[in-house]
Amino acid sequence: MATNGHNGNGRAKNLVVIQLSGGNDYLNTVVPYQDGLYYDYRPNMGLSGESVIPVDDRIAFNSHMGSFKNLFDEGKMAVLMGIGYPEPNRSHFRSMDIWHTAEPAVASSEGWLGKTTKAIDPEGKNPVTTVNFGRGLPRALAYPDVSVASVGALESYGLYTGLAGASNRDALLDTVSRIYQPMSDDGLPSLRLLQTGRGMLDGADTLRSAPEKYSSTVEYNADNPIAQSLKGVAQVMSADLGTRIFYTQHGSFDTHTNELVNHAKLWDEVSEAVECFWADLKEQDLADDTLIWIFSEFGRRIEDNGAGTDHGSGGVAFMIGNPVEGGLYGDYPSLKPADQLEGDVHYNTDYRDVYATILDDFMHVDSEWVLNKKFDRIPELVAN
Amino acid sequence: MTTAVSRDTDHALMAHLLRRAGFGATRDQIEEYVAKGYDETVEDLLHPEYSDPEDQDLLDRYFIASVEARSVGHADPQWAWRMATSDKHLEEKIALFWHGLLAVGGIKLDHGLEMLTEIDLFRRFGLGKFGDLLLEISRNPGMMYWLDNQESHKDAPNENYGRELLELFSMGIDEMGEGAYTEDDVKAAARAFTGWASKPTMPPFFLGPFPMEFQFDPDDHDDGEKIFLGEVGNWNGEDIVEIIVRQRATAEFVARRLYQFFVADEADEDEVRRLADVFQANDGEIRSVLRAIFTSDHFKSEAVRYRKMKSPTELVFGVARLTDRFDLPDLEASQLAGHPMFMGQHLLNPPSVEGWHEGEEWIDSGALVERINFASNELERRDAQGIQRMVDRVREAGSDLSSMEYVSACLDAMGCIDVSDRTFSLVAEHASGQLEPTNEDEEIDRAIEIFQLIASTPDYQYC
Repeated sequence: MATNGHNGNGRAKNLVVIQLSGGNDYLNTVVPYQDGLYYDYRPNMGLSGESVIPVDDRIAFNSHMGSFKNLFDEGKMAVLMGIGYPEPNRSHFRSMDIWHTAEPAVASSEGWLGKTTKAIDPEGKNPVTTVNFGRGLPRALAYPDVSVASVGALESYGLYTGLAGASNRDALLDTVSRIYQPMSDDGLPSLRLLQTGRGMLDGADTLRSAPEKYSSTVEYNADNPIAQSLKGVAQVMSADLGTRIFYTQHGSFDTHTNELVNHAKLWDEVSEAVECFWADLKEQDLADDTLIWIFSEFGRRIEDNGAGTDHGSGGVAFMIGNPVEGGLYGDYPSLKPADQLEGDVHYNTDYRDVYATILDDFMHVDSEWVLNKKFDRIPELVAN
Repeated sequence: MTTAVSRDTDHALMAHLLRRAGFGATRDQIEEYVAKGYDETVEDLLHPEYSDPEDQDLLDRYFIASVEARSVGHADPQWAWRMATSDKHLEEKIALFWHGLLAVGGIKLDHGLEMLTEIDLFRRFGLGKFGDLLLEISRNPGMMYWLDNQESHKDAPNENYGRELLELFSMGIDEMGEGAYTEDDVKAAARAFTGWASKPTMPPFFLGPFPMEFQFDPDDHDDGEKIFLGEVGNWNGEDIVEIIVRQRATAEFVARRLYQFFVADEADEDEVRRLADVFQANDGEIRSVLRAIFTSDHFKSEAVRYRKMKSPTELVFGVARLTDRFDLPDLEASQLAGHPMFMGQHLLNPPSVEGWHEGEEWIDSGALVERINFASNELERRDAQGIQRMVDRVREAGSDLSSMEYVSACLDAMGCIDVSDRTFSLVAEHASGQLEPTNEDEEIDRAIEIFQLIASTPDYQYC
């Protein structure tokens, strides 16, 4: 019988999330390059000719997504077209919350991956079951009593790493470690705080050891932040610390102005980072057990604003990995005026169907418990 | 928490007051306030005398992007500066209280100018009558946009504001989601606020946002008869606020929130009832309720000391004030605003209309790393005048102190603070293991290391 976070053979499953923060412009990512309406609506922002890499006779990738096209051709990548949720919200924060909490209708503070962490490690035994690469915890990872490590840079993760002076860091750490023991004489400091401190210290020790255990021939670009985050993911994953969920983000994709330059640069970075990471996964023999999930909080307005595009709805997401059945999923949304939603494309795939697929078919975690409802898995998207 | 060593209780009490009514005080400030006397200090705190800050010109020159701030990110350095430096402790603290309760955020209203207007509104009305504050916030363009009152029309009232006004801002609901009002009351309130809208005015600068102002449109207002909380009339928004403020549920709701913000995370129901009585007896004046809190034996007792988890904002600005290093609103001062965000409290951008979940929920392992690292990085700044004064105090306490006496001197220098017996003995053990300083530099190192350790303790996460 499969246990949470493992497949039937007991091999651990790794979910890597790449969040494209700011609202990635769907139409200039997967481009409907044969649709005249696209060029009508995008007189300044339309991509054509050498700016696109055709996939079929309808759609093309942005030319700055070279590695995505290769992964697609190898059958390792699913493109989820027209992904979204009902009654779209065009606020970055609210829409991101909706993706993070898997709850479009009401405000919730429970993150879907925080809850997944709870399912994988119910007693919170491993403080690094889920690791976030970045500062501050995304709401996707928040869940009561779940401890998630948030790492800026792996080598400098932990307490007192920013101290400039010759402070006695080791002695400080030693005493702090003795103070944060889950025992409390009169209820203060609270047990919960002491346990959190314990998890923080144990997690920091564990994570800092990861880079030493890692070696690879892949060279990640030091000037590409998402490449560096994914390098951290590879280090932690290959150190085999029991981490199952890895969270990263890149941005800002909020391209209201100067979109052609900024969007291209962002995708150059993501494409390069994913190419390196994929090569590394193969080198570390982790490609069979890893799924990369790439999403953004919304797509952008169909019509450009002259220099960029404004907030829209309906987007595109990507899933990469050996367990993924590559190909195009969902329908490319129609750009016809009658089919639009207030100037945006309609969604046709509910993002929670994809979450349910990831949870049930890949992570082997009960999606109905995590998502509070049974959603329709997308058949054949992920190999069981 | 028990007192590990005997200490002047007046100083400890004054420190407690300033941690709650403000962001904490330095040892020297505590000295001054003690000399003035407790009750007089309370009155001073309660009467900050609102005025345009004298250093606004300086702020505008340094934080150029925050003049007519476009976004939250442009606006928050302004408030950060005030919290780090203002002498009107309670004026900033009450603004933080209302910002969390009457929460409007950049999550939707990405309009820095409006957000700052809102904070200033809390400074001006936050200690006065609750009814006046509710009326001001009901007319506030930011709030109207945030809760869709712009979209509420005579023929099609939008219930968002009417609902949150009752549920989150005044009467509240219990754990089962039940309030002392009905769905019909929500609908009546929504109808009463139709026609309350705002309009943009001309932006003074080329790239600035449009300042908004209140506009009542009588033609879009539902002037018909409404039954609201059992009272019948052709109610307008002002009437709704007036009726709400008279409700016992409102008095208890506000009293409970004030208690949890200023006294302890866990509400004492007897105290809440007493404070609700004070609220009602004083026409909903917040100043009277706070006076009843700060001068009570309950507030002064050991039982409520360190019973409140510091919010990220309290932690960051408490430490910033200790260092006393922010003389100019420069880049570093503006960056202060980022630290509460790393710890889970993005100022001017609460996660929802509910504000933040406070108390124990502030702490997760990532936030704790940020809290400890921020505090220990700041305390390392031996050139900061606040740190120098702390070190001097410890050195003046004597050169032949026992390790316990030494730690007591450090706790005293950090603003008459206290830790649990267990923590105290572990810190003292650490101090006894430190090398004996042989020169002034090493004496400074030694004191700073103990300050950093104290700021790293679980005890320091409480105020």
